[in-house]
Amino acid sequence: MKNSINTKRFIEKLQESAFTYTLISIIIGFIVGAIALLIAGYNPIESYGKLFGVIFRSTKNISYSFIEYSVPYILTGLSVAFAFKTGVFNIGAEGQYVMGSVAAMLVGAFVKAPAYIHIPLCIIAALAAGALWGGLVGFLKIRFGAHEVLCMIMFNWIAYYFSNFIVNLDGVNVGGGKTWSVPIADTAKITISDWLPGLSPKAHFGVFIALICVVVIYYIINRTTLGFKLKAVGFNRSAAEYAGINANGSVLTALSISGMLASLAGALQVMGVTYKVSQFAGQEGYGFQGITVALIGGTNPFGVLLGAEFFGAMKFGGTRFDAPSEIVDIIMGCIVLCIAISSLLRMMISSNKKNKGGV
Amino acid sequence: MEENGRIDMSRPTVEMKNIVKMFGSFKANDGINLTVHKGEIHAILGENGAGKSTLMNILYGLYHPTSGQIFINGKEVSISGPNKAIELGIGMVHQHFMLVQPFTVAENIILGMEPMLPGGRVNMKAARAKVNEISARYGLQVNADAKIEDISVGMQQRAEILKVLYRGADILILDEPTASLTPQEIEELIEIMHNLAREGKTVILITHKLKEIKAAADYCTIIRQGKYINTVSVADTTEQQLAAMMVGRSVEFKVDKAAIEPGEVALEVHDLHAKDYRNVEVLRGLDLTVRKGEIVGIAGIDGNGQTELVEILTGLKKATHGAITMNGHDAYNKTPRQLFDMGISSIPADRHKHGLVLDFSVEDNLILQNADEKPYSNHGALNFKAIDEHARELIEKYDIRPRGCEHEPAGDLSGGNQQKVIIAREVTNDKDLLIAVNPTRGLDVGAIEYVHKYIVDQRNKHKAVLLVSFELDEVMSLSDRIDVIFEGKIVGSVRGSEADEKQLGLMMAGGSAHEE
Repeated sequence: MKNSINTKRFIEKLQESAFTYTLISIIIGFIVGAIALLIAGYNPIESYGKLFGVIFRSTKNISYSFIEYSVPYILTGLSVAFAFKTGVFNIGAEGQYVMGSVAAMLVGAFVKAPAYIHIPLCIIAALAAGALWGGLVGFLKIRFGAHEVLCMIMFNWIAYYFSNFIVNLDGVNVGGGKTWSVPIADTAKITISDWLPGLSPKAHFGVFIALICVVVIYYIINRTTLGFKLKAVGFNRSAAEYAGINANGSVLTALSISGMLASLAGALQVMGVTYKVSQFAGQEGYGFQGITVALIGGTNPFGVLLGAEFFGAMKFGGTRFDAPSEIVDIIMGCIVLCIAISSLLRMMISSNKKNKGGV
Repeated sequence: MEENGRIDMSRPTVEMKNIVKMFGSFKANDGINLTVHKGEIHAILGENGAGKSTLMNILYGLYHPTSGQIFINGKEVSISGPNKAIELGIGMVHQHFMLVQPFTVAENIILGMEPMLPGGRVNMKAARAKVNEISARYGLQVNADAKIEDISVGMQQRAEILKVLYRGADILILDEPTASLTPQEIEELIEIMHNLAREGKTVILITHKLKEIKAAADYCTIIRQGKYINTVSVADTTEQQLAAMMVGRSVEFKVDKAAIEPGEVALEVHDLHAKDYRNVEVLRGLDLTVRKGEIVGIAGIDGNGQTELVEILTGLKKATHGAITMNGHDAYNKTPRQLFDMGISSIPADRHKHGLVLDFSVEDNLILQNADEKPYSNHGALNFKAIDEHARELIEKYDIRPRGCEHEPAGDLSGGNQQKVIIAREVTNDKDLLIAVNPTRGLDVGAIEYVHKYIVDQRNKHKAVLLVSFELDEVMSLSDRIDVIFEGKIVGSVRGSEADEKQLGLMMAGGSAHEE
């Protein structure tokens, strides 16, 4: 008897929790992906089998999936999620990411220092660039009432062309008609696979930095007066101002922190994986996918971590897929769509429950 | 009585029997009975959060009862949704209007049920004719071609009523219809309700205002904490009795206030000028003094500069000229934080916009200004234990319901309890000056009594209180001194005990200014 009450309460809890809807959304995503596979002439069960097989096949592949491919998404996801919590839609993570990578590349290539100084220096430079890039939008919003979303979209393109400009400067460009920058010094690299040969070639200790960021951001949002004020401004700016909270300062702080997270992603990618910045042919999308990850993670930092790992693993799996890797994009797109409409799903399920429980 | 002649007692149009509605383990309605007859105006009276709106939402199909029966015109029905309710002839006018602002009155009324011309065009001529016909029949004066954004709140409400009538409703539910109306508009609305009843419509009126029940309703069903208390004939029941049934104890209408000698000056405003958002000068040399141990009431018709005065005193708006001092310190054009630190706290007029962060929990709202202070935080880290304790203490002390709501979002509380959260917070701040703007708006008599008591308590503790209210009764019963504001200036000042409604009314309208 007691047991059945507990089970019932558990089911009710489950119906209310965002996690359930995320899970349902993921399942729907895979079903739609399966249909796409069928249409493309593949056996979905076989293909999915291969997809997951690849992700978990070896330590090396696990490292690819959960470190190399995931780290940037953890940080851009956090960046977007943090901004969401403070009432700002950070569509500018893309540009902040680029500014971080350029800053880290410049310091990494042109400053000479031992590793224990060089690495922090690169990271600090990237953080400063990101804080500036995010904060500048905040400044425009406060000072001139500019809309942050429009500003950020433009700032993304400014960062894009700024990066291309820097990469093609004499001295920065590697020369010989190549379209990328000189490589960073070995002292600025954070790759760990030299010591841990079982991992993927570009596994790097940035994963630990990302994990620390998850914990720190969670703490800031939920446990500090800073997070309290940022959230108050995000939820109700007028009431926050009325209560004496400096709303403009909050927006500036939130966008700076958000920008720092995204730029850190760019820096770690340069220091751990690419070692250089290449001329873009199109926007790389780490920042935009941060939006996807933040949504999958329900804007909760630990949710973002899970979402980013999932996303990174899928991305990696997609590259070793026998079917077109676009299938993975279709799956991810469906998942995000489902999460976005999950409030509708929730309503449907709970009204169904009501009807059953009714007269 | 002529009034009761129109009620057809043989024909109950609405019968709700033993309605129970649970939200989780919370019983919002606990065995409520309601019988309403054709041609009757029936009031549902209860405190904020008593379950009135829940009951009516059940009747309108927005909620499904956990148990109980509903009969419409003698037939048992199951109301699955608002569409079904409309089909049964039930219409609801919500407290917050649901109108498309840039559309005209007629367009709003026909929306979703447009008379059509061939080719898919809307037959606006027929629509207008129909709207005019209905409005003439019930004395609902509206301009069918006026845009919603251009008309008064009272007229918007008439448009909402017309919308319901246009859909063929015979049973009209009006949810707190007078909450945002002026006294004049309230009178007109009561007249409209009588017209509707005379034409055989059934009107159910949700309210907690006793005066309006006395003026409008035939019968009244009282609900207290989700339970059915009684159904009474309004003509045979006094306001006092209604209030006692609603609150469950006898209610004091008069404010109990001992005379005390005002102390030193807390707030001093001199020659204050300010412009509104249209750049029109709305404060034109206002002078004001509030002493400690004194409640100064500002009486005036809305739009004479009260809003701007309060905004300047709380730091939301900048004045263009003048001087303000608080406890002798310069308080002219400071930020909200600076003013708060100087000793000014306030109960804002708009509790949703300025008073609360509705998505925040009750306990977080209770420390909105004090998150940085010990014991609620230490070096920037929040202390949840202290925040929790603080919230539980205030919930108990200020009778915020439901008990144990400290972790619930403030938006889930009823309006009256939200107001209590703000009052608990501001009174606990215990600043030298408390500014209270329409502090009892939308509250029931029980809650009003509490709010008034807390305001007088502040004064008795030798704090200064500035009361700005559109309820003249409230200003007159609370204030030690009443300053009348007209066109951005204080045009007269009378002692609270000597105030006379007629004289005040005259001054508020810009008549002869009595200087004390």
